[in-house]
Amino acid sequence: MEAIQRTVKYEADLSPQFSEEIRHLPGGETLWHCIQCGLCSASCPLSIYMDYTPRRIMAMTREGFKEEVLQSKTIWLCASCYACTVFCPQQVEITHIMYHLKQMAIREKRYPRNFPIPVLAREFSTWVRNHGRVSEFWVVFRTWRKIAIGRLLRMIPQGLKLMRLRRLPISVHSIRQRRQLKKLLAQMNGGA
Amino acid sequence: MKQGNGTVPRIGVYVCHCGTNIAGNVDVKAVVDFASKLPGVVVAREYKYMCSDPGQSLIKNDIREKNLNRVIVASCSPHLHEHTFRHATLEGGQNPYLFHMVNIREQVSWVTEDKMSATEKAKALVEAAVYRVRYHEALETKEVPVNPDVLIIGGGIAGITAALTLANAGKKVYLVERDYSIGGHMAKFDKTFPTLDCASCILTPKMTAVKDHPNIHLFTYSEILEIDGYVGNFTARILKKPRYVIEDRCIGCYVCVEHCVYKTPKFPSEFDEGLGLRKPVFIPFPQAVPLIAAIDPETCIEFKSHRCKKTCQEACRDLVGRDAIDFTQREEVVEVQVGAIIVATGFKTFDARRIPEYGYGRYPNVYTSLEIERLVNSSGPTGGEIVMRDGRKPRRVGIIHCVGSRDRNFNPWCSRVCCMYSLKLAHLVRERTGAEVYNFYIDIRTPGKGYEEFYEKLMQEGVHFIRGKVAEVTDWTITPEETGKLVIRVEDSLVGVVRRIPVDMVILSVGLEPRDDAEEVRRQLNISCSSEGWFLERHPKLAPVSTFTDGIFIAGACQGPKDIPDTVAQAGAAAAEALALIDRGSVELEPNIAVIDEQKCSGCHVCIALCPYSAIAFNEEKNVAVINEALCKGCGVCVGTCPSKAITQQLFTDEELLAEIEGVLLV
Amino acid sequence: MAYVYYPGCSLKGTGVSYEKSLLATFKRLNIPLQELDDWNCCGATSYMSISEEQALLLSARNLALASENDGDIIAPCSACYMILNRTANILRDDRTLRQKIVEKLKNVGLEHLNLSVRVRHPLDVLVNDVGLDTIRSAVVNKLTGLRVFPYYGCLIVRPGNGFDHPTYPTSLDRLLEALGCEVIDHPLKTRCCGGSLTGTLEEVGVRLVYILLKEAKKRGAHTLATLCALCQFNLDVYQEKAARKYNEAFDFPILFFTQLVAFALGANPRDIGLEHHFVPAEQVFEMVR
Repeated sequence: MEAIQRTVKYEADLSPQFSEEIRHLPGGETLWHCIQCGLCSASCPLSIYMDYTPRRIMAMTREGFKEEVLQSKTIWLCASCYACTVFCPQQVEITHIMYHLKQMAIREKRYPRNFPIPVLAREFSTWVRNHGRVSEFWVVFRTWRKIAIGRLLRMIPQGLKLMRLRRLPISVHSIRQRRQLKKLLAQMNGGA
Repeated sequence: MKQGNGTVPRIGVYVCHCGTNIAGNVDVKAVVDFASKLPGVVVAREYKYMCSDPGQSLIKNDIREKNLNRVIVASCSPHLHEHTFRHATLEGGQNPYLFHMVNIREQVSWVTEDKMSATEKAKALVEAAVYRVRYHEALETKEVPVNPDVLIIGGGIAGITAALTLANAGKKVYLVERDYSIGGHMAKFDKTFPTLDCASCILTPKMTAVKDHPNIHLFTYSEILEIDGYVGNFTARILKKPRYVIEDRCIGCYVCVEHCVYKTPKFPSEFDEGLGLRKPVFIPFPQAVPLIAAIDPETCIEFKSHRCKKTCQEACRDLVGRDAIDFTQREEVVEVQVGAIIVATGFKTFDARRIPEYGYGRYPNVYTSLEIERLVNSSGPTGGEIVMRDGRKPRRVGIIHCVGSRDRNFNPWCSRVCCMYSLKLAHLVRERTGAEVYNFYIDIRTPGKGYEEFYEKLMQEGVHFIRGKVAEVTDWTITPEETGKLVIRVEDSLVGVVRRIPVDMVILSVGLEPRDDAEEVRRQLNISCSSEGWFLERHPKLAPVSTFTDGIFIAGACQGPKDIPDTVAQAGAAAAEALALIDRGSVELEPNIAVIDEQKCSGCHVCIALCPYSAIAFNEEKNVAVINEALCKGCGVCVGTCPSKAITQQLFTDEELLAEIEGVLLV
Repeated sequence: MAYVYYPGCSLKGTGVSYEKSLLATFKRLNIPLQELDDWNCCGATSYMSISEEQALLLSARNLALASENDGDIIAPCSACYMILNRTANILRDDRTLRQKIVEKLKNVGLEHLNLSVRVRHPLDVLVNDVGLDTIRSAVVNKLTGLRVFPYYGCLIVRPGNGFDHPTYPTSLDRLLEALGCEVIDHPLKTRCCGGSLTGTLEEVGVRLVYILLKEAKKRGAHTLATLCALCQFNLDVYQEKAARKYNEAFDFPILFFTQLVAFALGANPRDIGLEHHFVPAEQVFEMVR
């Protein structure tokens, strides 16, 4: 028999600062309009894969369940399709709140380590900072090299076919004003 | 210091705490200290509730003991207590118009966040009043008689109830209904919640009573063109639209309908929400009042081509001997004089097409709740049998609550009746078809007598309650059980998982909205609307059926969503208010009217053309304009435009206004 | 009418046939399209997860560069369109954020920022600027009998974009009808294709691909028309995997809507990028002929 788990939540384990922080980010205040109707979860094409439905993430964020929220897979499964946002009867900016949570999870290094999506996001942004444009080939390559080399090997046939169809250039294209861009971005704080 | 109107002003200033409503955000003591030092102020006091008896006594005693001749109260809105304090001033022995009210609650403490600036603003407004009241003069009010007849606009259950109440009290009532029959939305329902008594069984006797009552004059298929006048003396112009049937000849025998050149009904019946069909000549429903046929010119061949055989007319003349059908009938305008008006224009339901995800209009088996009301009604298009458009009986039915309600993208308010009518429909559908019924709700709201018990009964009947707002109704199917069905996608928020529930029939519980022409009606009557478009009551608790226009009352869902019991209660209240006004026999008119100085008037006629109330006439003998005091509303248009400055407005003279501005700027 | 063309990274890589067919379409309509010089990544989804401020700055640099030219920006990739549009809206409506961003642009020598520049999707431009009547009369190869499953994808009609209904849009349906296609009505018009996930969580992404393909097939479509480089890539390239995993044959050409428009307007089929497709797409046009 599996071990029985105790799930009581003590006030001391919650983080009111966490919900306050969200409240003060752009769009964050709309979370306090949420009536927990679940339309976000129902309209979400990915909620069926999430560990907590978006509605629950909204409730947990509002009540300060910081650990659970920042370590959830939900925020990384969010494909930012904005379905929830346009459906929401209370006009809660759910997609943006999800972005805030992702940014916070990366900043505080709480995201699930072997989960490829946050790793891809980091590789993507690093590449853009250096080159100004993205190379689809190199970003995917570097992501999987970090997480699972085996997966990379399995991707080879598909990659080769794409190259044959001239849809996956390996050559790196950078913008001319790379230094201007670096200087521009360096003026704002941003993640890793 | 100017002496105003000659007498030396002796001013009393009274600042109210209104509990913590004002004192919580305004330093009342500081305002009083400030006021006591202003010129002409003899006494300045604070009190917790100035409107209370002891508060009013302060004013009365000071007038007597300190010989006050001006009184200022700084408290709430004049809408609430101007009358109270004018009366106290009068009882203290001074003319009530030597009183002035300053609003430091709605305009200061409730809307100013910072206590310092709130206090400063209160001081400025008090100082403005102190400067202004110097110029106040004793004014006399005028009494005018009240016409004892009442106009009621709208013949739904609210209008019917109010009309019967007044008529039974011996008052003459004009009841104006836009549709062919009175009865409104209630006439379409089969059962009423929570008792499940038959709607027409309780409504029809009332409708018949209206028709038979000697004191009620019924106008159906009629609309209000124009309302003129003022409390106690309104004139209404009513447009009677042609129904192409002479009302007092028709006996509602259906012979014309039977003999119409269309052998079978062909056009969607408005009364049946388009689910049933009617002919171009029709009687909207069997219990209609008046039971009179009507011809719809949009679908009648005679109106389209003038080449119909007119078998209906022939049958009425030759078989019934009434000759009631008249294709040449024209619209007619009737003018009536009344003393009070009750507005009971009702609501409309939310247009479900505005939410395309729910598939209304795309999927034939998605219905609105109003359509289902007709479907379950034994006088409806299927004789009360619940079958879908393809003739099948539904085996699984989903009822989606809050369609268009509690949704900032559409209507943010709760429509109040949908939970209960959805439960009612769930019960009826389950009872008559044995179907599995699913209710999809955000919150179940059953705060009425016997309502919660009804909810519990439904749960025991095995109706499913799934807490979650539905995302979509779709014909995108995945599993074999879903094939050929509509799938409802929702998060079961009590379980925390997304579910897909296949059903045969979907019922959209559409919310309530103000009618499309609410704004037009509001302007005709010069009453107010809330930002949502519901007619605004004078006070949400203490004057729920009065409006800001004296003599005009509101009842029923035109004021906000409400169910039948609440509507009937409100209609009774509106009738009582109208009765109180009529039985008083006369009303006092505010003296804030314009006055013409005959010496200065040059007889230029400018004011006469501009007056929106036609209250100014011209005296040819004296060559001056003359204001009819009963018609003047004190709008000030003539005052502002008179080139000779011959017109002043009592309570708003130039001196008073300039002194008020001076005072507010001095702080 | 002149427009500034912002390709975005995908149209130079996986979405190369989108670029080819878009250019062919505008050429047939004689509308000049000037590529924005030295444009950079829009800062879309992945970058937003790292830093919203930096993502906005990336977009703002593009808007500043575009301010040197006349005309609205055309951004064909849905993600680029969304974030550029959002940035333009923020710059117009949010004074504090605008000041902050303008200052930072000035610090690196980007002095000029024209706030009236609008970010447009080519669908919006074709339907609302060019107009369906013009297009209808310019059709040379009418696509009669071609049953098309219009697929909008998620981002194009989302908040702030405002040229069509956010959950049940109709612009593409109307455009395709103007070309003579038989347009299939369906409830999945804006359902996410899973494109941002197939590269990372393949199982999930492939499931979303399968749902769309299956429904299009069930409703008898000959092809599926997309508006976004990622959607096309996803539905085209992962089709094979979806077929294998769910044991169902598809062989279902996934077109960019511009390929259909360009072809109908008389462009040479060799110029609209058909050679880059995973699932051969020539068959669609052979069928019309």
